[in-house]
Amino acid sequence: MKNFNGRVLFLDRSDINTDEIIPAKYLTENSKEALKPYLLEDLKLEGFNTKMLEDVSAIVTRENFGCGSSREHAPWALEVNGINVVIAVDFARIFRQNMYNCGMLAVELPAETIDMLFKKFANKPTYLETDFDGGKFIFTSGDLKEVVPFTISDFDRELVKAGGWVDYADSRY
Amino acid sequence: MGKTITEKIFEAHKIDELAGGVYVLRLDAVFCHEITTPIAINDLVARGKDRVFDPDKIKVVIDHVTPSKDTKTAIQAKTLRDWARRNNIKDFFDVGRNGVCHAIFPEKGFTRPGYTIIMGDSHTCTHGAFGAFAAGVGTTDLEVGILKGVCTFKAPKTIKFNLTGKLPEGVFAKDVILYIIGKIGVNGATNKIMEFTGPVVEEMSMEARMTLCNMAIEAGGTSGLCYPDMKTVDYLWEHIKTEYSSKEDALKDFSKWISDADATYDSVIDIDVSSLEPMVTYGYKPDEVKPVRELEGTPVDQIYIGSCTNGRIEDLRIAASILKGKKISDNVRGIVSPATPGIFKKALDEGIIDIFVDSGFCVTNPTCGACLGMSNGVLAPGEVCASTTNRNFNGRMGKGGMVHLMSPATAAATAIAGKIVNSELFKGK
Repeated sequence: MKNFNGRVLFLDRSDINTDEIIPAKYLTENSKEALKPYLLEDLKLEGFNTKMLEDVSAIVTRENFGCGSSREHAPWALEVNGINVVIAVDFARIFRQNMYNCGMLAVELPAETIDMLFKKFANKPTYLETDFDGGKFIFTSGDLKEVVPFTISDFDRELVKAGGWVDYADSRY
Repeated sequence: MGKTITEKIFEAHKIDELAGGVYVLRLDAVFCHEITTPIAINDLVARGKDRVFDPDKIKVVIDHVTPSKDTKTAIQAKTLRDWARRNNIKDFFDVGRNGVCHAIFPEKGFTRPGYTIIMGDSHTCTHGAFGAFAAGVGTTDLEVGILKGVCTFKAPKTIKFNLTGKLPEGVFAKDVILYIIGKIGVNGATNKIMEFTGPVVEEMSMEARMTLCNMAIEAGGTSGLCYPDMKTVDYLWEHIKTEYSSKEDALKDFSKWISDADATYDSVIDIDVSSLEPMVTYGYKPDEVKPVRELEGTPVDQIYIGSCTNGRIEDLRIAASILKGKKISDNVRGIVSPATPGIFKKALDEGIIDIFVDSGFCVTNPTCGACLGMSNGVLAPGEVCASTTNRNFNGRMGKGGMVHLMSPATAAATAIAGKIVNSELFKGK
């Protein structure tokens, strides 16, 4: 399984789209690694700059993350930057499926929980520890600590454990 | 209890049901283009699985950047070309014979009622105009589709849009879908099917229905959908006439792909289009929509007519009817990309290309072109484009550029005025 622990970046906006995550002009790249410098290059969010992505392992954001294009380059650009988990109120369907197909985590939490996390942690250096089998996220910042339970479907769980959908499907169909 | 068209299609194609209500569906067609397919091909090769589930069910086109603009895009095209050849994929459309995937594949008769279709392209929902379940997927789903002919989807929920009344003159399918997205929002249909029905849809041409279904994804929808009818039969007839004894016979067969009257919907939204106005987007999300008159006078730098949304012959005819005998403003440049060679040829034969050229438009080869700023028609920072495409995301047509989405009629009128205006076809407010 991929790494789901590390520093958290809070992106306080809904509807962050695939073109913001990785602009179309970089889709001519034939390797995932080549996408690394361009992650979130066109994100429209006051106060954000791409330097903030350094050492980040998880993103917490609002609604409808990953809307727009079907490009799997969006999860790949996150993956090559060491970000394997995105937590949001909800996701666009294709983006969400792409994350699990790559063995990454796209976890939905209630809007109130996301709001609480923003209020409590957004302006502080925050660390996420993921208890995948126990279905728990543990957020910490200094003395602050918050344990947040999450659920994902059994199929999504299998994909994360298997590291993706290709081998799973090839062995069964 | 009745079933929706999507439930019927799922039932007919289900080969497995996984935990959490996930269906594994058998695919009737897998469409491929040069941007999202090469990485799937390279992965299959690396895994020692360089094969396809059925070469006749895989359709391939180079459309996003064509002819190739640099070494990287030439490699993408070559990867796709070589793969199609060695896997005996006959339906491969290379430079000169290629066009925008969601225009050329229906035109070739590859999209049929009741089909399940995937493609590594979010606007695959377009093909639902034929009564098919068609969904955009990522590269991994595409890879498995190519290899095994299957894909997973959650049990379908459907929103039914019942369009009633009569579209005012000068108001088009593009205005309707922009209005709907504005109404339900960019995630208003996430994980849902958008079924478009009612007398207004019945009146619409296949081209207009494709425009409607094309933008389902901009509301988060998995697929757009219209019921097949005689217009569907007529559109496909050249490709299906050997399979059916008559058009009526084909219609009878297609009619099994219509929702039952007592089907269960997630929600039903009634819209009377009689007082609808031409619409335009104003921000960086496709649900930021206003009537054109509220943005009237907004200066633009570029006009773009084309794409899988509005690059079909009907769109070019409408734009040409406004441009005929007129010149576009000195302050703008106009670009038109007929979506397929077939459309290009028709436009030539009908004198439409002459009208575009005489008015001052640049006519490009069939390609996705300016829509996503990957090849030609890229905006400079601060520039504004009036566009018949489907996305106005920040940076979509070039870093720092701004895109206003609109119908071909509004785009043509805007080209002449040099600023956003309603077309003369619209006689309303």
